[in-house]
Amino acid sequence: VENVRLLDRLSSRRAVVGTLYLTATHVIFVENGSETRKETWVLHSQISSIEKQATTATGCPLLIRCKNFQVIQLVIPQERDCHDVYISLIRLARPVKYEELYCFSFNPKLDKEEREQGWKLVDLNEEYNRMGVPNNYWQISDVNRDYGVCDSYPTEVYVPKSATAHIIVGSSKFRSRRRFPALSYYCKGNNASICRSSQPLSGFSARCLEDEQMLQAIRKANPGSDFIYVVDTRPKLNAMANRAAGKGYENEDNYSNIKFQFIGIENIHVMRNSLQKMLEVCELKSPSMSDFLWGLENSGWLKHIKAIMDAGIFIAKAVAEEGVSVLVHCSDGWDRTAQVCSVASLLLDPYYRTMKGFMVLIEKDWVSFGHKFNHRYGNLDGDPKEISPVIDQFIECVWQLMEQFPCAFEFNERFLIHIQHHIYSCQFGNFLCNSQKERRELKIKERTYSLWAHLWKNRADYLNPLYRSERSQTQGTLHPQIAPCNFLYKFWSGMYNRFEKGLHPRQSVTDYLMAVKEETQQLEEELEVLQERMANLQKSQSGGNKVKSKQQDRSKQIGLYTSNNSLANTPQEYSNDLKSFPSRSPSQGDEEDSALILTQDNLKSSDPDLSANSDQESGVEDLSCRSPSGGGCLPSEDSGKDSDEAVFLAG
Amino acid sequence: MEFAELIKTPRADNVALHRPFHPAVEGTLCLTGHHLIFSSRRQDNAEELWLLHSNIDSIEKRFVGSLGTIVIKCKDLRIIQLDIPGMEECLNIASSIEALSTLDSVTLMYPFFYRPMFEVLEDGWSSFLLEQEFELLSSVTNEWRLSCVNKEFSVCPSYPPVVIVPKCIDDEALRKVALFRHGGRFPVLSYYHKKNGMAMMRSSQPLTGTNGRRCKEDEKLINATLRSGRRGFVIDTRPLNVAQQARAKGGGFEQEVHYPQWRRIHKYIERFNILQESFIKLVEACNDQSHNMDRWLSKLEASNWLTHIKELLTAACLAAQCIDREGASVLVHGSEGTDSTLQVTSLAQIILDPRCRTIRGFEALVVREWLQAGHPFQQRCAQSAYSNSKQKWEAPVFLLFLECVWQIHRQFPCSFEFNEQFLTMLFEHAYASQFGTFLGNNENERAKLKLPQKTMSLWSWVNRPEELSRFQNPLYEANSLVIWPSVAPQSLQLWEGVFLRWNRPSKFLEEAEEERINIIKYNKELQAKVNALRRQLAEMETDEEAQEEP
Repeated sequence: VENVRLLDRLSSRRAVVGTLYLTATHVIFVENGSETRKETWVLHSQISSIEKQATTATGCPLLIRCKNFQVIQLVIPQERDCHDVYISLIRLARPVKYEELYCFSFNPKLDKEEREQGWKLVDLNEEYNRMGVPNNYWQISDVNRDYGVCDSYPTEVYVPKSATAHIIVGSSKFRSRRRFPALSYYCKGNNASICRSSQPLSGFSARCLEDEQMLQAIRKANPGSDFIYVVDTRPKLNAMANRAAGKGYENEDNYSNIKFQFIGIENIHVMRNSLQKMLEVCELKSPSMSDFLWGLENSGWLKHIKAIMDAGIFIAKAVAEEGVSVLVHCSDGWDRTAQVCSVASLLLDPYYRTMKGFMVLIEKDWVSFGHKFNHRYGNLDGDPKEISPVIDQFIECVWQLMEQFPCAFEFNERFLIHIQHHIYSCQFGNFLCNSQKERRELKIKERTYSLWAHLWKNRADYLNPLYRSERSQTQGTLHPQIAPCNFLYKFWSGMYNRFEKGLHPRQSVTDYLMAVKEETQQLEEELEVLQERMANLQKSQSGGNKVKSKQQDRSKQIGLYTSNNSLANTPQEYSNDLKSFPSRSPSQGDEEDSALILTQDNLKSSDPDLSANSDQESGVEDLSCRSPSGGGCLPSEDSGKDSDEAVFLAG
Repeated sequence: MEFAELIKTPRADNVALHRPFHPAVEGTLCLTGHHLIFSSRRQDNAEELWLLHSNIDSIEKRFVGSLGTIVIKCKDLRIIQLDIPGMEECLNIASSIEALSTLDSVTLMYPFFYRPMFEVLEDGWSSFLLEQEFELLSSVTNEWRLSCVNKEFSVCPSYPPVVIVPKCIDDEALRKVALFRHGGRFPVLSYYHKKNGMAMMRSSQPLTGTNGRRCKEDEKLINATLRSGRRGFVIDTRPLNVAQQARAKGGGFEQEVHYPQWRRIHKYIERFNILQESFIKLVEACNDQSHNMDRWLSKLEASNWLTHIKELLTAACLAAQCIDREGASVLVHGSEGTDSTLQVTSLAQIILDPRCRTIRGFEALVVREWLQAGHPFQQRCAQSAYSNSKQKWEAPVFLLFLECVWQIHRQFPCSFEFNEQFLTMLFEHAYASQFGTFLGNNENERAKLKLPQKTMSLWSWVNRPEELSRFQNPLYEANSLVIWPSVAPQSLQLWEGVFLRWNRPSKFLEEAEEERINIIKYNKELQAKVNALRRQLAEMETDEEAQEEP
């Protein structure tokens, strides 16, 4: 469709005209205008809703909301075209078969072996070995070999050595969806562990001997402690309501040596509505500070994030400080349980704060234990009530921790954002389906590629420059504060306003430091070469030999390249009063309220926008003029000024 | 007066000091004329705490049996608790602290007694003279002149002796204009935008009154900053209705009929007790140890602090936009022109002028736009957020300005030569200091108090290389461009460095800062090494070639 206008959310006056293409996998908008031809690519699987609004004089508006929080507003001149696009997108955005998803057609041009290597990058057996199991207390059980006991569990689960197959099967019959207690994290240092399960089918009075034995077995696997915590992550009211349906929670009288604890994380429906409310706040056009803060409070989002974090902190404390094992469950044990176990593991074990470890953590607590990715993130058309930002919340918890412990994580914010993106993108097979069983049946590993290999290949982009493995916050358990005035939970604009670049800091400390580190590395290499040459020269001079070393001047162009730093920077709408004032030229009138148009998909590395010095004024001089040679190329003040001026006039 | 008279108990032993995130320490408490000193002499962990009495904002005492507890709340927002055995000692100490921290006379303040332990390399009192500023200005334009019309502070008591005004306006005209402006604050040059020759002026409100008085000289003065055929903007920091009401009291605003080339924009910036209350509420929220997220957010919202930040930043951006983008001259004023006016003009310069983002340039800005421009520091910073006095003239105007700078700094972390500590340091010294810089309400008062002769300047201390290194931003790369911050709520954050400073464990953030410094330092060292080696090699190779071809 031609002559489509892409509107800027921040300023309705600013719009670009271009052509809209629909392909089998993407919506593509290409800007007219010969120089830039900026492109906006949106994967169909990212589309969360499409809204056709009332036709206006200029055309028919179409609002596309994406799962990665991008909002695209198009105006299509012809009603009929708009309707066609709308109908097609509705169909394309809601595939009904897994085979329609992008990962089955996505081909990163890797051969079979590379693909297999990619899938082997994260190996859970290796991970359990790293934790220190199997050992005297824990063993691998093959009771779920053919998914015979629990179809949403992995085939290989770790259980206490004293838990026989009889106990496991018995316990599984007493648990929702037969999700029996299994090991999630084992603390080598003190034998304390985190186990996970679903709720018991206790109703008002039912008991199960095997289940009680199972919990005993978990306690015995930690000889240093005479009780275990059973953490029910639901609000007490919800758990009690479940009793009427024959489910519920553990009765302390029936289980010997347990301490029972409710945590009070709300269910997926509350979370879905909360996110919805927060996104409405993000979408407000020029909100006042109180609109924003009130909306943020009203959405309850940060309260929920804090609840998840608090649960993780409680468990980490029990394991690390008290040396007590914990059994965690919620209702089915695949949402809140996954969140809480992974937050606790992250606090406890520095390994999960490395890039590889974080991949392992998601693979362990989320993928293998049957978090229902397909239902929660709506990959296939399904029940909208099943959709909920469960893993998004976990990812945000990690970000909040990164803000408090800036040196503790090997990876940076971008890593988190890209993982979130790909949970929805369906570009890689990792997060397809609802369980390991379904993935095996689909032969995901033979037919799709692994995200982890893709991220690992580009790991240089995801490094946190402040991470140093010997730092105190890098090692050991993290102890975050609990009160909001001590641990400031912030709104994550990098995620929820990800595509409104104008709202973000215009210079990124992370990118800057990464560039400096890269330069440092090149300098180290050069230093080595120079020292070698020096040594040769000294040798040759003393020996009278004429060994001429090759001139190799690597110093001239060390490509320091941080394009993200030169983000667009134009004044925002600071006042409407200026509008009515006669401007010197019409073009300038446009400029004054110009906010930013930056809707390109950042994930496409080939994106011309990231490198081209296009139509945006940069608030920052290009860092590429940093030269280690000192005299090689001077960072000239004038060049910066010129670009500023030129852009201003061109606008 | 002898301080000794006020000190009833100069010393108490076995006092326990409690601070958040520190284990309690036992030691000795001493009171001197200007300090509260706590020292623990335990061998493994000797530490001393020196607190200026003038830093104490409020003090509370309570008793459990004979153990007295004093809670001291400071102007820098820290709260400490002292447990003092003995009821009498505790009462004596509390009343002494109370008396010493509320001394009336400026000349009894510590700066008059402070003797520096460092060698003065440069006298800060003469580091930032307007004459030097004018010299810089004259190298790019000759449209301005230095006027000494206020030499005796007779034309405007809150202005410095010298000001910069349009060249074509003589002193006689200035005297007339002064009579037409509130407090005699006639329009003077605040900033000259070299890029396009536009000027930012500041003043107080015109005294038009109800019958629309006018002053030809005033019109001529501000029109002198316009290029022919161009217009200018008057940014009035009051809402229209307030400006209109001001006419009843003899004040007013520039009316279109008399200022046809100027367009007035009203951009409301909150003042006085509203700000002080907002400050008090915010600090209260930050000290609320409850674990409830909703309560925290609603208290943060109810304080309105971030709203004031957003409004102020927006007004400053608007002024900067008029100058840089509209190519227009700007006049900024509110009522008196000593508070919101200065916030706007100084922030606009941070946005427009790269020089103001350097350490020295920022110091010069504070001196020029705040101290010399007559912001009444003594009144505004008399008390901080814990005081119960609620005097009308107390307001965190300067703190708001510093926080706005911090917000811009956060968005452009590589464009400032100074770091966050530099801003918090200025906040501390504005409220309590051993230096005389922030004493007095204007240059007139400072001259009368003979501050330059009798006290040490803050700048004499800050600008010593040892101190400067603490305030340098390792990420700084000179950025010659105009920097436009975002004022969207999503882009603004609470200034943790001030408001949560004493309530958060700082270790991890300090480690991060250290790491940032190390990364840059190591890089620079390597660069130097590589350059040296390269030079050496080049020399050796030419030598060799010379030998080869004799």
